[in-house]
Amino acid sequence: MSLELRSLSVTTSTHVSLFTAVDIVIASGEVACVMGPSGVGKSTLLNAIGGHLSTHFSVTGEVLLNGEKVTHKPVVERQIGILFQDPLLFPHLTVGDNLAFGLSSNVIGSKNRRAQIEQALEQAQLQNFYHRNPATLSGGQQSRVALMRALLAQPQVLLLDEPFSKLDLELRHTMREFLFAQAKQRNIPMLLATHEPAEAQAANGPLVILMPA
Amino acid sequence: MTLHVNSILTKRLGMMLSLLTVSLLSPLSYSSTSTTEVASTNASDANLWQQNLKQAAGETVYWHAWGGDVRTNDFITWVGEQTEALYDVKVKHVKLSSTAEAVTQVVAEKAAGENTNGAVDMIWINGPNFLAMKKQQLLHGPFVNQLPNSKYLDLSPNSAASVDFTEAVAGLEVPWRLARFVFIVDSKRVQQAPLSMAKMLTWAQQNPGRLTHPVISNFMGTTFLKQALIELTPDPSVLQQPVNEQSFATATAPLWRWYDAIKPHLWRAGKSFPENESIQQQMLSDGEIDIAMAFDPAAPAAGIASGLLPTSARVFVPSQGTLGNISFVAIPYNASHTAGAKVVANFLLQPETQAHMQNIDVLGSFSVLDPNKLDAQQAQVFATLPSSEALPTLVDLGPTLLEPHASWTTQLKQHWSQRYSQ
Amino acid sequence: MSLSSWPKWLMLTALAVGILVPVLAGLGETIWAAFGILPAIGRHTLSVDAWHQLFELPGLVTSLRLSLVSGFGATLVSLMLALFGSAWVYHTSEKESSLSRLKPFSQAILVPILAAPHAAIAIGLAFLLAPSGWLARLFSPWLTAWDLPPNLATVQDLWGLSLTLGLIIKELPFLWLVSLVALKQIDVSRQLNLTQSMGYSHTAAWCKIIVPQLYPLIRLPVFVVLVYALSTVDMAQLLGPNNPPTLALATMRWYNDTNVQLLLPASAASVLLGVLIAASVLLWEVVVRTVMFTSKVMIRSGDRTGKYSIFTGVLTTALPITVMLGLLSLLVLALWSITWRWSFPDALPTSWSYNYWLQLITNVPLALQHSLIVALISSGLALTLAIAWLEVQDRFGGHFYKITLWFIYLPLLVPQIAFLYGLKVGFLRLGLNGSMMTVMWAHLLFVFPYTMLSLVDSWRALDKRYVQVATSLGRSSWSCFWRIKLSLLLRPLLLAWAIGIAVSISQYLPTLMIGAGRVESLTIEAVSLASGADRRLVGVYGLLQALVPLLAYSFALLLPRLVALKK
Repeated sequence: MSLELRSLSVTTSTHVSLFTAVDIVIASGEVACVMGPSGVGKSTLLNAIGGHLSTHFSVTGEVLLNGEKVTHKPVVERQIGILFQDPLLFPHLTVGDNLAFGLSSNVIGSKNRRAQIEQALEQAQLQNFYHRNPATLSGGQQSRVALMRALLAQPQVLLLDEPFSKLDLELRHTMREFLFAQAKQRNIPMLLATHEPAEAQAANGPLVILMPA
Repeated sequence: MTLHVNSILTKRLGMMLSLLTVSLLSPLSYSSTSTTEVASTNASDANLWQQNLKQAAGETVYWHAWGGDVRTNDFITWVGEQTEALYDVKVKHVKLSSTAEAVTQVVAEKAAGENTNGAVDMIWINGPNFLAMKKQQLLHGPFVNQLPNSKYLDLSPNSAASVDFTEAVAGLEVPWRLARFVFIVDSKRVQQAPLSMAKMLTWAQQNPGRLTHPVISNFMGTTFLKQALIELTPDPSVLQQPVNEQSFATATAPLWRWYDAIKPHLWRAGKSFPENESIQQQMLSDGEIDIAMAFDPAAPAAGIASGLLPTSARVFVPSQGTLGNISFVAIPYNASHTAGAKVVANFLLQPETQAHMQNIDVLGSFSVLDPNKLDAQQAQVFATLPSSEALPTLVDLGPTLLEPHASWTTQLKQHWSQRYSQ
Repeated sequence: MSLSSWPKWLMLTALAVGILVPVLAGLGETIWAAFGILPAIGRHTLSVDAWHQLFELPGLVTSLRLSLVSGFGATLVSLMLALFGSAWVYHTSEKESSLSRLKPFSQAILVPILAAPHAAIAIGLAFLLAPSGWLARLFSPWLTAWDLPPNLATVQDLWGLSLTLGLIIKELPFLWLVSLVALKQIDVSRQLNLTQSMGYSHTAAWCKIIVPQLYPLIRLPVFVVLVYALSTVDMAQLLGPNNPPTLALATMRWYNDTNVQLLLPASAASVLLGVLIAASVLLWEVVVRTVMFTSKVMIRSGDRTGKYSIFTGVLTTALPITVMLGLLSLLVLALWSITWRWSFPDALPTSWSYNYWLQLITNVPLALQHSLIVALISSGLALTLAIAWLEVQDRFGGHFYKITLWFIYLPLLVPQIAFLYGLKVGFLRLGLNGSMMTVMWAHLLFVFPYTMLSLVDSWRALDKRYVQVATSLGRSSWSCFWRIKLSLLLRPLLLAWAIGIAVSISQYLPTLMIGAGRVESLTIEAVSLASGADRRLVGVYGLLQALVPLLAYSFALLLPRLVALKK
């Protein structure tokens, strides 16, 4: 599995490019990082890859998933997972149901599904959290649930938009390690937008520096 | 916003000023208009009326009247302008969608013990509403004889102005317009109008869905049913007596047979009916039906003149004649402005007012005055009124049928809704 | 009760006296009458005769059925359409259809229908749909071969479908705009992105994730719609069947019957309507909760391939049609207002006339003056009260927050008929007979809750940190209130005021019953004219009735922009 960006950029409706074109290849298990001054368009780049751009923007260049062009494929069919700054756990569902919502429909049988969810909870060190209301969880716990939910959907790629920036330093460190481990274990490429050089260094993968066009 | 408030304030101020001037000039302003009216009544009556006029000056009379007819509304506005100029009595037309609303208002006031400052000063009323108010003792009076212009009325015991749906008027209400039940057709579409209820059945069978009547809870709906009853019942004189179970069963049996037969051929198979005669006339104008009804022989002429009916609309009446009655005004027992209401009622009976009303360009309703009591000059005003192709003469209208006793109406309504409400 | 919290107690007392007492007193009078006690007509003894009489009245069962069909049908369909409409606003697809170009204007398109009173829409729709109506005229005789209108029940049909349609047309914009406002509290676009990235379609994401979060926020407006639809009198009179009519209209008719003894079964019918509405609200809530619960269980399967296509297909067609019908209803009113004669099957008026407008300009009708005065004062009062209440809540905390909110909304959740007759008798006892003041009070009962309904979310969504920052900079709490809260909330405040105007203008029963005919109004004029035959005059009044609130809305939408431009 791999994610490749070929001279990818985003233009506004007035045909102005937001940033200089990006070229990068991310292999399975690798965590690449996007860095750049704030406001340059890191989130926009991730949205372009995931297919979430609003109609005011358009994409130039190509996004390739395992060599296949997906630049204009509908979001639903891309299988590119995304994780935002906020965990965005659905408040009307329990922690377990949030994970069940994410869990791929390839996993069938309610017992089987439940087992997978419990396993994910265990990995995230959240045993016995199935019936909890997400609002009662701490920030770090919510982030772990959000990450597990994204992974249970079995994405081909995972995009992360400064997912831990709201956590305190120590927690951020633990989450980072947890994330890198998951990338290895699931063997998928990940792209992490960050503004912290330490984080980029720890990721130990390819690096993109976004510059205003 | 401020503009409107201001205009109301100025109005208030203007009213107060005019009150002042009127009270200063009052002896003058009355004598000019009232000398002729009072001539024939005796001196003490004249004094009483003078007192009433004095009391009425400055009052605003809330006249509760059905508001669905623009020409009637305009006429009421005109009446208000006249009484304001002549007697300093203003008229506020409270537009009702059903006269019963005013009755309910008075009942509610009585419930609350409001016995002097009622909201209703005068009601356009007749038939069952009158009966209900008379029975509940909700009416002021008798007062008709207090009005100087009552001398133009035929008030002999069995005259049309003394009996309202066989109920004695007893001086509790004043007649103001004559009503005759008529059918209206578009003469372009219907060449041969059915001139009896039996023929109406055949006509409906041949023209399915082209005939209907207003809902039976509406005045015009019951009138249609009564017209049919009078024509179909074996002995119409029974209808003049209060109803009882036996007489009702015998008298109405042919009516229900006839109605059962005609119902499936009515508009929307007799499952739905227009709300009132105005809607029904609108349906005639739209071409949804071919026959409409009115309680006013001038309705088609008036409708044509105001663009509401096609120019080919014409009146027809069954050969046996049709129901006729008189529209009255009455004053509730707790009216706030009784004196003013009497002034307005008296003004309605003025021969000039009646002639103005009978003018087809105004309202076209026939006068309620007794022609024999008018002098030559007054009669001449009536004779020279403009005419219209769609306006029938009194002769065209044939005989007037008597309204059944009001208790029949209540029973008819009840039985109809038991038989035909789903 | 500490002394320093007196404003809170003052507010609570004001609410209790101003709203709770009149509503309960009105209900009380009605319930007494339902059980035989109405001294006005000489009834002083407790009895259940009125109920026997009510159940023997012909057509009662049909009336009940009609009320339920139109009430539930209208609420369900308008809610579906509103949810679908909201989804459409948030749907970003790469393919731009011609309709989606309207997206930025969708709120502006809805405002006229939202602003127009129910009666105006109903009058217009009745003429649009009638067998001899505008739609039939547009397609006749060249397409339909109708030289005369067909004998079809397209309005006032026996099942109340045209009434239901009228209610849907009128309630859709309300629920839609309420939903759009509520959705601002939910992070919709990122949640949609997230859900779609997991492979769920836009529709599936909307149904499974957004709607369950949205519904609790719009539960109250939905109840208001349900109650209104079950208890409307003016719309039922204009669009519903009349033999027999809906329960609410039948009740009104019994109240107005010549036979005053019918006041007792009429009161019983009011109580029955109240019970019916309470049961309906309960049933609705039970069904909604069951659906929500079931859908949560179904979410666990992780199924991404929901079969929504038929459903969305129907809604895609129904939504623009519903909105179009609403706009056409207003357009046809405008056409009639400048008509002299318009015969079937002409597609446009046969001859034109500006007479009625000229008359109107030369002689401003009292109805317009009264409506404006009542609307301006009651909406102004309602807004002041709403602000006072919210500010008091902010400063003194809300122990009774939930319960007082229910007080405030009570008049919207009880059928008008059930307490207005009693309230009228109550006002009469106090010697407050048909004055402008009592009418304003009666209007306030309905204007205030709608003002609150539209303001409360924006007020509470205001980031309290602005106020904290200002206070920390040494501003007094009054200065914060004026400079921060009111100026930041200018737009929602003006909008709430405009809604107040619209609600006041559209009140039919309160003005009719409490005003005792002495206070005129555009809506009374329009409804009573609609019972006559002059569509041209109905057009003028219907349009006026719609124009006044529309002006208020335009003002509310434009003023903040002007202020912003100046800055």
